[in-house]
Parts: sequence; structure tokens; C-alpha cells
Amino acid sequence: MNNLLGLVPSILMMASPILICALGGMVSERAGVVNIGLEGLMGFGAFAAATVNVLIEAVMPGAAIWVSLLAATVIGALVSLIHAFACISLNADQTVSGTGINLLANGLTVFFCQIIFHHERTNSFRQGMQPGLGGIYPTAYIAVTLLAIVWYILYRRPTGLRLRACGENPQAAASAGIDVKRLRYWAVFSSGGFGGLAGGCLVLTQTIEYKENMINGAGFIALAAVSFGRWKPKGVTGAACLFGAAVALAIYVVNIPALKALPAEFFNVLPYVITLITLVLFSGKDYAPSAAGQPYEKGSS
Amino acid sequence: MASEKRGFVDALVASNGAMSVLVVVLGFLVGTILVFSVGRDPANMYRAIIQVVSGWDLIRGTWNARYIGEWLVASVPLTLCGLSMAFAARAGLFNIGAEGQYIVGLTVAQFAAFVLPPIPVLHWGAAVVLGLLAAAAWGGIVGYLKARYSVSEVVATIMMNYIALYASRYATSFIPGTNTYKTPSYPVTAQLSNSWLESITNGSRLNYGFFMALAAVLLFWFVMEKTKLGFAMRATGFNKDAARCSGINVERSLTLSMAISGAFAGLAGVIVALGSFSYGRVLAGLDNYGFNGIAVALVGNSTALGTLLAGLLFGMLQSAQPLMQSRQIPKEVTYIISGLVVVFISLRAGIGLVIEARAKAAVRKGAMRNE
Repeated sequence: MNNLLGLVPSILMMASPILICALGGMVSERAGVVNIGLEGLMGFGAFAAATVNVLIEAVMPGAAIWVSLLAATVIGALVSLIHAFACISLNADQTVSGTGINLLANGLTVFFCQIIFHHERTNSFRQGMQPGLGGIYPTAYIAVTLLAIVWYILYRRPTGLRLRACGENPQAAASAGIDVKRLRYWAVFSSGGFGGLAGGCLVLTQTIEYKENMINGAGFIALAAVSFGRWKPKGVTGAACLFGAAVALAIYVVNIPALKALPAEFFNVLPYVITLITLVLFSGKDYAPSAAGQPYEKGSS
Repeated sequence: MASEKRGFVDALVASNGAMSVLVVVLGFLVGTILVFSVGRDPANMYRAIIQVVSGWDLIRGTWNARYIGEWLVASVPLTLCGLSMAFAARAGLFNIGAEGQYIVGLTVAQFAAFVLPPIPVLHWGAAVVLGLLAAAAWGGIVGYLKARYSVSEVVATIMMNYIALYASRYATSFIPGTNTYKTPSYPVTAQLSNSWLESITNGSRLNYGFFMALAAVLLFWFVMEKTKLGFAMRATGFNKDAARCSGINVERSLTLSMAISGAFAGLAGVIVALGSFSYGRVLAGLDNYGFNGIAVALVGNSTALGTLLAGLLFGMLQSAQPLMQSRQIPKEVTYIISGLVVVFISLRAGIGLVIEARAKAAVRKGAMRNE
């Protein structure tokens, strides 16, 4: 049991990026745009954070981490504009455009590693993020703060009500005078920022450099957390913590006598299996935003 | 002048093939500009591509058929994963799960290579069949969930990809003598190697898989265009409700189309496992053939011939990677080109908006003339 308690900081370290990314995915899907590109956006963010941190950590120690996270957020948000433009302005297939972003992320990030650092990963940074009290990384506090902000905006502000309306019934929202396209742009733009930030948090807490395949499904786990959490902040948070615990256990299971019998792959696979089963179990009920995944065409009736 | 211009644009928009070519050209153009803007010589990129396709080394002036063989080796799994994506797409499904179905085919083939008795031809033949069946089941599950419980196939296949990856890692560790990243070598009878193909391509890894891929392309065309099954699938893809009303079993079409789609991707996995490697692998990550297959199918407009051509195109990019890398071109430029192509294809949706706007303008013009 002591061992499991000792794992709490690690679980939080793993869960924070997943939660941040899932919050972005949730906002975007509640507005009606599915963002399959979260995995790629995390890659862009992780690359940006690692690169900026390597380049400036000697010049401005202390502030470097925060500048890196900012860079990750900005890059993620900017790249997501491609997705927004394709899906919202051009009514493109949201899955195709998201897949394009994932493929681009694989290529562009390592391409620029080769240009900037002359090998297929970034140089390793000397100092990542430092854990605070109780070994808990500041990313956990960032995640909780963002969770509170997202919840407040979605459920306590008129903007949030309008945003949710865009995801449920865009035609009705438009007839009530809401600019559907503009709100959807904001939603995708912020989901990109969240995705990028999540990538930055991941690279600064869990490794010392960015390299190919480093995200390794974290973005897809976040996507799963959105479905498993039934598109609600509370549910998504629970899902992110559960999945973070699974990821952490996959790494540390060898040190826990009680669980040693289980292979690491058992925990690796857990988030995906749980999500698949819940999708089947809840299939009859309408938890998903009804217009998620469908383009909104003005004046189509 | 104006009418001439419109004629050209209309012809371009009307033809899917022309659009695909345009999208690929744009992808290459942006890739070239990118290489140029970071101070590398794009000519080296094209020299590498020419060498892969023709065997000619333009710098040394030598010829080696092995490059052509390796180009085809790289094209085989890409074409098959493209067919996988395309087959599901024709039935109105988006199969992101080729990656997982590929892994299942690969893993089962690796197992079969060690478990089955080493009888020439029958050994690898049985491995191919088992891999295909397993991958078809893996894909079929998603089709069934979609048909029976209307679970989104996009989310379900993403989950199935990672389940396949970790299940494969776990299962492969049971093969005796396996360390953390590879198994012992296969028995010779399990390998797909073909000495004739090897000899005409100067010792490349080109193998029986090449013929299987060609057969798969033909089979795809035949099933899709010439059979009742293919018609039912296309009808389901065009309009599910209309298909159901005209007596087509939509649930069966969805499940079957995902199963067949899975079989194509599984074949890719089997061919890579037994053709390109002489030992089994404990996968550390995704091979990405499945995801690139999405690009292949999109460029090929989900037709048999188009997918074959697109598979050869992306195979060319992939097999040119080592040459590019050795000539100071970051090999990731090939991934960037694939990514750009997919992004441009998604932007293609905007053309519909342009046509609509033009039609409106024409109506307005006509109305003005009438006044």
C-alpha cells in the first residue's frame, strides 16, 4: 500500500498532460468539431517546449520552463488553425484533416530537430521542470487551474452555453444570433493551445529531450478520456486520472510486489480497453454532442 | 479568354484523378521550398527519388537494380494498407485501424513461423492465411460494433490500434528465445523470399508478397465493381437508409467491409513480417504503414488502380529516405510531403464552396441580363 501511495506523484505527472489535452478535446467536441489531431498537436508542443528550453535555459534560468510552455501553447494553437480552417471554413472531413495534422507532426518536428540540432532528436536539456512539495510537479496545478477555468466558462458563462449550443444544434444556435463559425474557431484554437501545452508539460516532466514517437499515444488516450468521461469536466478528469494511473503503473509495476504478476502491457492496454467497453455499454444513450463531427453549413435546411 | 479559363478549372474540379495529381504536386512543391529554405539542396532530394525509381545513381553514374526492388518492397505494404482504408471508405467507414490490423497480421504470422511444421510452401502459405483471418476478425469486431451498437469506428479503431500493439508485445514475448526486441530467426520455410525476384533485382528483399499485393489489387477491383457484395457495400456507403429500404443488409455490409478491410491490412503485416525480416520483432512502436495507408487511399480516390499508383508513389518516398539522409536532406521531408498531401486533400472540400459561389454569381449575372 505504501508503494501505491508513493506512486501518487508519478500518477499526477502522467495524468496532468492527459487531462490538459483532454480538456482541449472536450471543448472542441462540445463546440461540434472532433479533433483527431490532438496527438500531433501534443507532438508539436513537446518539440517546441524542448527546443526552446534547450536554447534558452542557460540564458534565463528559472524563466526558461515557463517560456517553453508558452511556446508550446502558441505552436499548438497556431497549428490547430489549419484544422479549424479546413473543418469550419471549408466543411472538410474532420477525420481527414486531423489525420493530416498527425502525419505532419511526425515529419515537421523531427525535420526541424535535424536542422537545428543535426540529429533526429533535440539536444537534451539540463534541467526540466522541478517537482514541488511532496514531489508533485507544477503541471498538476496547471491542469487543475485549467479545469476550473474550462468548467467556469462552459457552465457559468453565456459564451459556454453558446459554445455547447453550437455542438448540439448549430442551426438553432445560429437562429438565436450566435456566430457558429466564430465560436467553433475559438474552440478549436483553444484545443490546439491545450494540446500544445500538454505536449510541453509531458516533455518537461517525463523526459529530457524530444524525439520521434515520444508522445506514443498520449493524445489518443486524451481523446479516449473525452469519450470515457462522457464529454463532461468531472468525467473527463476522472478518466484522465484513471488513465494516468494506468500509464504510471505500466512503468512502475515491476517495483510493486502485489502487482508483479501482471505484465506492463496489461496497464498499457487498460485505457483503450476501458474506453472501448464503455463506448459499447453506453451506445444507446446520447452522451456525445449531437453535432460533433458534422460540418455546419450556413442556411442549409 | 474567361470561358477558356473556366473550362480548365471545371475540368480540373470534375476529375478526381487530376485533383490527386495537383495535390501531390503541391505537396512536393511545399516540401521542396521547405528543404530549400533551410539551406539544403532540393536537387539531392530528387536525385534520391530518381535513383530509387530507375536504379541510376546520377552522381556516380552507376546502375543498380536493387533500388528498384527495394522501392517495390516498400510499396507493397503501403498499397495494401491503402486498399484497406479504401475498401472501408467505399462502404462509408473511416478505417483508422489499418495500423492495428497490420500488427495483428504481423504478430500471427510471426507465431505461425515458429509453431507450424516446416513444410516448404505450405509453411508460409498457412502463415499468410492465419494472419489474414486474424486481421479480418480484428477489423470485423469494429464493423460489428458499428453495425450493432453504432460505436464510432474512428474512436474504436484508434483504441484497437494500441490494444493490438501491446497485445502483440505481450504475445511475442512467449516465443522461446525472444529478448526485449527480437525473436530468433525464422525457419527458412516460413520466409516469403523468392530467388528469381531476388536475382533480377540484384539481391533486394523483393519477395512473393509482391505478387500477393498485385492479386489483392485485382481482387479489390473485382469485388468492388463486379460482385453483389461490392454493390451492397457501395450502396451502404452512398446512403445507408436507401440501401436498407432496397433490401440490403446494412449491418452485414458494415461488418464484412471492415473484416475485408482488415484482411488487406493484415496481409501487409504478414508480408512485412515474413518478407522483409528474417526474425520476429517485439514492436517498440507503430510502424506507421497503417496511417500512411490513409494518405495512399485518399490520393488514390479509393479505387483499385489509384491506390496502386499512390502506393508506388509513397513507396518511392519511403525507400528514398536513406539516400536522402546520406545526402544531407532530413528524411522526414517524406513524412512532411505525406502530411501535406492529406491536409491539401481535406482542403479540397473547399472547392465545393467555390462552385456554389460561382453558380450563385452566374445566376445573379443572368438575372441582371434579364432586367
